[in-house]
Amino acid sequence: MPVHPSPSASPSPALHLAVALDGAGWHPAAWREPGAGADRLFTAGYWAALVAEAEAGLLDFVTFEDSLSLQSTDPAGPDGRTDLVRGRLDAVLVAARVAPLSRHIGLVPSVVATHTEPFHVSKALATLDYVSRGRAGLRIQVSERPDEVGHFGRRTAPLDPAELYAEAADHVEVVRRLWDSWEDDAEIRDAATGRFIDRAKLHYIDFEGPRFSVKGPSITPRPPQGLPPVSALASDTAVYPFLARSADIGYVTARDAGEVRAAVAALPATPHLFGELTVFLDERQATAERRLQRLDAAHGAAYTSDSRVFAGTAADLADLLLEWREAGLTGFRLRPGVLAHDLPAITRGLVPELQRRGVFRRSYEASSLRGLLGLARPANRYAAAASLTSPAA
Amino acid sequence: MSKPLKQIHLAAHFPGVNSTTVWSDPAAGSQIDFDSFVHFARTAERAKFDFLFLAEGLRLREQGGEIYDLDVVGRPDTFTVLAALAAVTEHLGLTGTINSTFNEPYEVARQFASLDHLSGGRAAWNVVTSWDAFTGENFRRGGFLPREERYERAREFLDTAHELFDSWDGGEILADPASGEFLRDAGPGAFAHGGKQFDISGHFNVPRSPQGRPVIFQAGDSDEGREFAAASADAIFGRYRTLEEGRVFYADVKGRLPRYGRTPDELKILPAASFVLGDTDAEARELAHEVRLQQVSGATAIKYLEHVWNRDLSGYDPDGPLPEVDPEPGENTIALGRASVRMNGDPLAVAREWRELAAAEGLSIRELMIRTTARQSFVGSPLTVAQSIDALVQADAADGFILVPHLTPGGLDAFADTVVPLLQERGVFRREYAGPTLRDHLGLAAPRALAPVRG
Repeated sequence: MPVHPSPSASPSPALHLAVALDGAGWHPAAWREPGAGADRLFTAGYWAALVAEAEAGLLDFVTFEDSLSLQSTDPAGPDGRTDLVRGRLDAVLVAARVAPLSRHIGLVPSVVATHTEPFHVSKALATLDYVSRGRAGLRIQVSERPDEVGHFGRRTAPLDPAELYAEAADHVEVVRRLWDSWEDDAEIRDAATGRFIDRAKLHYIDFEGPRFSVKGPSITPRPPQGLPPVSALASDTAVYPFLARSADIGYVTARDAGEVRAAVAALPATPHLFGELTVFLDERQATAERRLQRLDAAHGAAYTSDSRVFAGTAADLADLLLEWREAGLTGFRLRPGVLAHDLPAITRGLVPELQRRGVFRRSYEASSLRGLLGLARPANRYAAAASLTSPAA
Repeated sequence: MSKPLKQIHLAAHFPGVNSTTVWSDPAAGSQIDFDSFVHFARTAERAKFDFLFLAEGLRLREQGGEIYDLDVVGRPDTFTVLAALAAVTEHLGLTGTINSTFNEPYEVARQFASLDHLSGGRAAWNVVTSWDAFTGENFRRGGFLPREERYERAREFLDTAHELFDSWDGGEILADPASGEFLRDAGPGAFAHGGKQFDISGHFNVPRSPQGRPVIFQAGDSDEGREFAAASADAIFGRYRTLEEGRVFYADVKGRLPRYGRTPDELKILPAASFVLGDTDAEARELAHEVRLQQVSGATAIKYLEHVWNRDLSGYDPDGPLPEVDPEPGENTIALGRASVRMNGDPLAVAREWRELAAAEGLSIRELMIRTTARQSFVGSPLTVAQSIDALVQADAADGFILVPHLTPGGLDAFADTVVPLLQERGVFRREYAGPTLRDHLGLAAPRALAPVRG
């Protein structure tokens, strides 16, 4: 029997939980912690174990951070530091590599819209959806970094952030149109007429914008989820228009319930708004705080973040998450301070706590990421348009 | 004392949108679902093949202004499938065809280095070029690259990628918790490339991968392609028709290697070939004919004929004679996005030749197309096929073959079960993998690292 009041008394739906995977964790000294596996960050086994842990905790999804430059404390370029994790594998490939080893958890790699081709991104994510059987999502981000511009050599720094988000919105629009460019039943294998596809069910997307024009259709058929969920982080309200236009899931870096309410009010149509928190979890609050201090001492500076930093117990974190859910959030993307410590603390401490309170699943209720998020599989925009104009319909 | 037996290299090309793929057969499965790739890759690995091969296309083919619908249409993304396959295989090399025109070196180098890490050293890159505005319409880069710059861009693309791969030498990461040093030195991955096609600099953000860099493959029929491969590839694909043609190609390409300070073993010659197996040679020949009928339907035969005639021939009977009208002169434009449609000479001359052949042997359009579009194929009992493959390799017509089955995903099963054991008995094909990496399978040394740029 649950210790806490029955969940059926509360009208609120269950909350959603995601974990952001990056290096050894989000604290700069995380890689120095026992069991951090810092010498294995570039192996498949490292990532597979993290995803298995997250899946054992029934989390909705994991995200994989990425960038097209070396990590740096300096926004202008490499910082020359030797005491921090540097180097990353391509997030889409990491997600694909772990997909066959997992069964339920959503896999959401980060993609930089600023320097990538939406045609490539669309087919890569559609394929991630195939290899994961409907568990792919996309986290889209932009990059202002001048050193990254130099890695591609097609533009001149500085780049205008507003322009980058407008471009990213077009990028997402192209990606989604390409996902829809095949109707679900386009493959017919009609031996009688010798036709493999019904080409009337393949569509040119004919996107024209200031940064790209893309003809289509995709070379990859419509993915299992139709449109895999798109997510993006807003560490600044300036990003809200992009979230409103382009995201199924927005991650917001509110610091308190008031900021949560402001974000929720500003983004009424975004299907999911997740709170973004960095977490250090232990049995006692003092222990968590001491651990954070120890990490800070190893690093030589106090940890700072664009998000709220929580150091405490799973029960106190559950209180905070429920308070913010009351303020309008539907879920949370947690950044474990030290993956080796705080990811298991989430899956083995926070999750059971939330389950006891009746606000988190006890088993996976759906096989697709959309299903876990309660998002319906969308109709194909071109099929819908065709049926509207068809005299028979 | 006779020459020691050469060891054969075998690879498997996943059947996809290529016109050899038979999709109407009841045994034909999905060419998209991951299960198909898993079955195919595991069969190849069970048979100890060197690698799995994926082709690429970045725009759906069109003919006569419409999306071509008679062959398999649609394929997944190369990198993503290969990364997922790395999870369900342990040794099999993973070769992806990636275009150097509609990609950027930093991104592609990152993806291949990542794939090499995630597969434990099994990544290979088949470097191809493309130039057409038709494909360019799907990319922000567009389609403005002049045709003559194709190889120039490909060469510089590959050089740039190598500079990125070599920008980490492998000793940078200490990850020593006690000393707090994650890196040995500041600023690993420094690179600077200034050239006609690319002018980029900065820091590559993937540490050196297990193979140092992926194995490099190059398709090369043209003189430029052969030279490119001799200079920088680890393996070359070629078209292949007869033993003698194969020997000439082999001698030519291997003969170019010393110019680049390379030995003949440093470049493997692996032509593509299809196969049809039967209990007896006669049964295999009969089956092969049925396969050809499935591959070249009446409708397909007319479409093939249009590639030469360059005009709408949909009114013609595929079981009837060739059109009396002549091909439309000018650039071939009726078929778009199909690499095999290249006019080798004068369409009028091709038409004349085909009319003579059809008249001499009484061939219909479809029969003629079945004849003229035939590719290198091993047809026979398992013993016959094993002997043929071995004979070609021992005669220096090839170092091995990339096999293209006509069925997805089970098309490799019989080969794995019947031909491979015979090759093993002959002592010309491995029984176990010698090492974990694709370089190990191909007998290639670790790449010679360039001195990294320090900046």
